[in-house]
Amino acid sequence: METILAFTVAVFFAVSIYLMLSKHIIRILLGVAIFGNAVNLTLFTAGRVTRVVPPIIPVDLDTPAQATANPLPQALILTAIVISFSIFAFLLVLAFRAYQELGTDDTDGMRVAEPKGEELPPLGY
Amino acid sequence: MAADGQWLTFLALILPFLGAAAAPLLVRAMGHNAAWVLALVPGFIFYHFTGFLQPVAAGETISGGYAWIESLDTDFSWYIDGLSLTFALLISGIGTLIVLYSGGYLKGHAHHGRFFSFILMFMGAMQGLVLADSFLTLFVFWELTSITSFLLIGFDHGREASRRAALQALVVTGLGGLSLLAGLLVIGGITGTASLSALLAEGESLRGAPLYMAALLLVLGGAFTKSAQFPFHFWLPNAMEAPTPVSAYLHSATMVKAGVYLVMRLNPVMGDTLAWETILPAFGGATLLVGTLLGVRQTDLKLMLAYTTVASLGLLVMLTGFGSKVAVEAAVLYLVAHSMFKGALFMVAGAIDHEAGTRDITHLGGIGRAMPITFAAAVLAALSMGGLPPFFGFLAKEEIYAGLAHGGSWGAALTAVAIAGNALMFALGFAVALKPFTGERVRTPKTPHEGPVLLWIGPAVLAASGLLSALASGLSHRFISSPMASAVAGEPVSVSISVVPHVGAPLLLSALTVALGIAAYLALERGRAAMAAVLEAIGWGPDRGFDQAVRGTVIASAAVTRFVQNGRLDVYMTVTFIILAAALFVPMIAFGELPAVPELPLLPFYEVAVLAIAFIGLGAVLWARDRLTAIVSLGIQGFAVAVLFMLLGAPDLSFTQFMVETLSVVILALVMTRLHLSPADHRPTDQKLLDTSVAVVCGAGLGLMLLRVVQVPFDGTLSAFFAENARVIAHGRNIVNVIIVDFRGLDTLGEIAVVMIAGLAILALVRIRPGAAPARAPKLPKAVEEKLEA
Amino acid sequence: MRTLIFRTIAPYLASLMVLFSVFVLLRGHNEPGGGFIGGLIAASAFAIYGIACGVAPVRRALYFHPMAISGFGLLVSGLSGVVSLFKDMPFLTGQWAEVHILGLAVDISTILFFDIGVYLVVVGAITSIALALEEREHV
Repeated sequence: METILAFTVAVFFAVSIYLMLSKHIIRILLGVAIFGNAVNLTLFTAGRVTRVVPPIIPVDLDTPAQATANPLPQALILTAIVISFSIFAFLLVLAFRAYQELGTDDTDGMRVAEPKGEELPPLGY
Repeated sequence: MAADGQWLTFLALILPFLGAAAAPLLVRAMGHNAAWVLALVPGFIFYHFTGFLQPVAAGETISGGYAWIESLDTDFSWYIDGLSLTFALLISGIGTLIVLYSGGYLKGHAHHGRFFSFILMFMGAMQGLVLADSFLTLFVFWELTSITSFLLIGFDHGREASRRAALQALVVTGLGGLSLLAGLLVIGGITGTASLSALLAEGESLRGAPLYMAALLLVLGGAFTKSAQFPFHFWLPNAMEAPTPVSAYLHSATMVKAGVYLVMRLNPVMGDTLAWETILPAFGGATLLVGTLLGVRQTDLKLMLAYTTVASLGLLVMLTGFGSKVAVEAAVLYLVAHSMFKGALFMVAGAIDHEAGTRDITHLGGIGRAMPITFAAAVLAALSMGGLPPFFGFLAKEEIYAGLAHGGSWGAALTAVAIAGNALMFALGFAVALKPFTGERVRTPKTPHEGPVLLWIGPAVLAASGLLSALASGLSHRFISSPMASAVAGEPVSVSISVVPHVGAPLLLSALTVALGIAAYLALERGRAAMAAVLEAIGWGPDRGFDQAVRGTVIASAAVTRFVQNGRLDVYMTVTFIILAAALFVPMIAFGELPAVPELPLLPFYEVAVLAIAFIGLGAVLWARDRLTAIVSLGIQGFAVAVLFMLLGAPDLSFTQFMVETLSVVILALVMTRLHLSPADHRPTDQKLLDTSVAVVCGAGLGLMLLRVVQVPFDGTLSAFFAENARVIAHGRNIVNVIIVDFRGLDTLGEIAVVMIAGLAILALVRIRPGAAPARAPKLPKAVEEKLEA
Repeated sequence: MRTLIFRTIAPYLASLMVLFSVFVLLRGHNEPGGGFIGGLIAASAFAIYGIACGVAPVRRALYFHPMAISGFGLLVSGLSGVVSLFKDMPFLTGQWAEVHILGLAVDISTILFFDIGVYLVVVGAITSIALALEEREHV
C-alpha cells in the first residue's frame, strides 16, 4: 500500500508544482491547495499505513486491543489541514485584492515591488 | 588610588555619555549658555586625571576595571600610564575648551543640543579608547570614535558634501577598524593575552612569531586609516565639512591621533624591528610631504590647516617608527605641541569664518584690528607651530632634529624630509595666522568684530598654554613628557630640553627651517599656482578613486540584484524547484540511497477506484476549460483524499478534510465568480515542456524519497507511548484528539493562534479599500495609479 | 443560489449543524471528533446560512463579531493552560475534577476547555473569512 501511496504522492506533487510554475495567480493557488494535500499524504504515508482500524481505545480497555493506525501523523495532519486552509484562504483573498488593485492575475504584470526597468539607486551621497 | 579612585575613574569614563543624554534638555532650557554647564563634564574629568600626574610621574601605572562578559573572560578595564594619561588630559582639557567654543560658534543653531550630544559622545569614546586595557574595550571605543565622527562630520546633513565626507570617513576608518580587529585577534592568538598591559610583557614572543608581519600590517591598516596616512589621507581634508569645533577637536587634536596613539602604544611591543623602522618612517615621511604640498594648493583656511594636520600626523608616525629614544621624545613633544597650536588655529579659523563670513584666504585681510584677541591667539599659536622660541613647538622641533641626527643616510634623508615639511608648515601656519589679519582691509561678507567670550577663550587658552608649558619646561617634562616618552619607548626616559637654545646641529637645522619657511611664506601665491597646475596634470587622486569605487559598487550590486531578483515569479519558482530536485536526487544518488524496486501489491477494487477518482480530479484541474470545472475538480481530488483517509483508519482526518474541501470550494467559488479570468494554460509549448519536466522530476524525487523512507524499519516508540498512555494518563480514548489537546497542547495553542491571525489578516485585506488607503501607502507605479483613478 | 427552498431550509439546517458540531466537539475526547472538526462544521453552518439568507442575519444571529469569538477562544485555550501553573505543574498540564450535577458524576477538565477554545477559534476565524467574502458580493 505504501508503494502505491508513494506513487500517488509523486503524482500530487508533480501536478501541484506544474500548476505553481504558471504565471497565473489562480493556477498557482490551485497548485498550493493540491500541494497541501500532497504534503499531508506524505506525512501520513511516512507514518506507515494500516487499513480500517482507527486509533481509538475500546470503552472497556486502557490500551488499544490490537494494532491500530498510527495516531501521531494523524494528529499532525489534522492541525495541518486546518492551518493550510487558513493560509489558502489568505492567499486567495490576497490574490483577489491584488487583482482588484492591479487589474491582472498575471504575475509578470504584478511588479509594484520590483518594477520593470527600475532606475539605478542614487549614485550620489 | 584606592577603591574610591576606581569608582571615580569609571564615572569619568561614562560621564560624557551621561552628559550627551542630558545635553539636548539643557540646551532647551538654557540655550547656548548650556555650554558653561556641559563644560563641567570634561572639566571634571580633566581635574580627576590631574590627580594621577603625581603617581604616574613616579613611575606607577594604574589599572582597574570590572568584569564585562565573564563567560568570555572579557573585562571592561583601563590602564593608565604616561601615554594614556597625557592623551586623557589632552582630550578632556581641549574638550572643555571645545565645548565652550561650540557654545558660541553654533549659537542659535536648530540642533545645538544634538551637537553637544554628539561631541560629548565622541569625547567619551576617545577617552575610552586611550584608557582601554582589554582589546575588546579598545576596539569597541575605536569603532565608537568612527561612528561619532561620522555623525559629527555629517552634522550639517542637508548638504551633499557633508554627507559624502561623513560616509567617506566612516568607510575609510571603518575598514581600518576591521583591519585593526583582525590584527588584535592575530596578536591575541600569538601571545595568548587579551589586554594591552599584559601585552607589554610579550614583546619578545610577538616579534619572533612567524605571524608578526601579518599582525603588524593589519594593525597598521587600522592606525594609518585613522591617522590619515598617505594614501588614506584624503578623508581628513574632506572631513572639514564638519562645523569648525569638530575640525578643531576631532580632526586635529584628538581622533586622528588615535592611530598615532596605537602606534605609540605598540612601539615597545612591536617596534625595534626592521619592518617597523622601515614602514613607519616611509609612510610617515610620504604623508608629511604630500600633506604639506597639497596644503600649499589650498585657499580655504580650514583646508590649509587640515593638510598641515595630515603632514603633522605623518611626522609623528615617522618619528615614532624611527627607533631612537630621542626620536620618541620628539614625537611626544610634537604631539603635545601640535594638539595645542593646531586646536587653537582651527578655532581661530572658525572665529574668522563666524565673524567675517568667509574663510577664503584670498578674500580676507586686515581684520586684525577688529579682532585683536583672536589675532593674538593666532600669532602665538603660529609661533609655536613654526617652532620658534620660547614656545613648546620649538622644544619639539629641536628634539626632532636631534632625534633624526644619528641615523646614517636613512636619518639624513628623513631629516631632509622633515626640514622640507616643517618649512612648508611654517609657511602655512603663518599664512593662516597673519594673512587674514594684516595688510589692507578687504571687504568681507560680514563686518568683522571680536566674537563673544565663548569664541575666543578656547584659542586664547590653548595658545597661551603653548607658551607657558615651554617656559615651565621643567614641570611639563616631569609630569607629561617624560612619563609619556617612557611609556612609548618602553624604558625610562627623561626629557630635559629647555627653551634656552644650545648651539649645535639641531639649532642650525631649526634656523634653516625658519629661513626656508619665510621664503615659502613669501612665495606662497606662486607655489599655490604651481601646485594647482601639477594637480591638474595628475588629474586623479584617491579622493576621486573613492567616488569611483562607490559608484562601481552601487552599479555592480544593482546589476546583481537585477539578475537575481528580476521580478518574475515564475523564474523564482522554477529556480526554487530545480534546486529542490537537485537536493532530492544528488544525495540519493551520491550516497546510494535510491529505494529498492518494490513489489506492486494488489489493492482492493474500492481503493483503486478512490485513487482513480483522485487522479481524474487532478487531471481535470490541469485541463479544465473554465474556472468552475477547475474548482469542482479541485474538490474532487480533495474528497478522494478524504475517502482515502477514511479507508486507512483515520476518521478524524477524513471528517476534517471533508469539511475543509467543502469550505475551500465555497470560498473559491465566491471569489472566482467575480474574477474575470480564464484558468486555462497560456504557456507556450517550450515553457510547458520545461515546467512539465521540472514538475515531473520534483514529483518523482519526492515520491522516491518517500518510498525510501517507508523501506527502512519503522520506529514506533512515540506512537506506542501515546497509544499506551492516552487513556491511563490523559483519560481519553480518541488517541488523536488526546495528542492534539493534551500531549501536544502547546503546539495546538500555537496553531490556533495562526488560524486566528490568518482570519485577522484576511479581514484587514478585505476592509482596506483603495479610497481608504493608509496615508503612507507605498508609491505605486504610474500605470497602476492611473488604473486606480480610472 | 437563493432559491426559496434553500432559503427556507437553511436556518434549520444551520442550527442542526451547529448542534451537531457541539456534539462532535464534546465527544471528541473519546470518539472521532474534537474542536477542529466541530469548529469546521459550525463554520460551514454559518457559511451556508450566509449564502442562503445574506450576511446580515448571520451577523445578527452570532451577536458577537466572529473575530471576537475567535479571540475569546484563544483566551479560553490559553487560560485553561494557566490552571496547572497554580499547582506547580508545567503550562497546559491537564487538570481533572469530578462534578456532580443532579446526581450525575461528570468529569470536567481543563482539557475540555482547551478543546472548546480550539472550537471557538476555528468557528470565529473561518466564519469571519466566509462572511467577509460573501459580503463582498453585494458591495
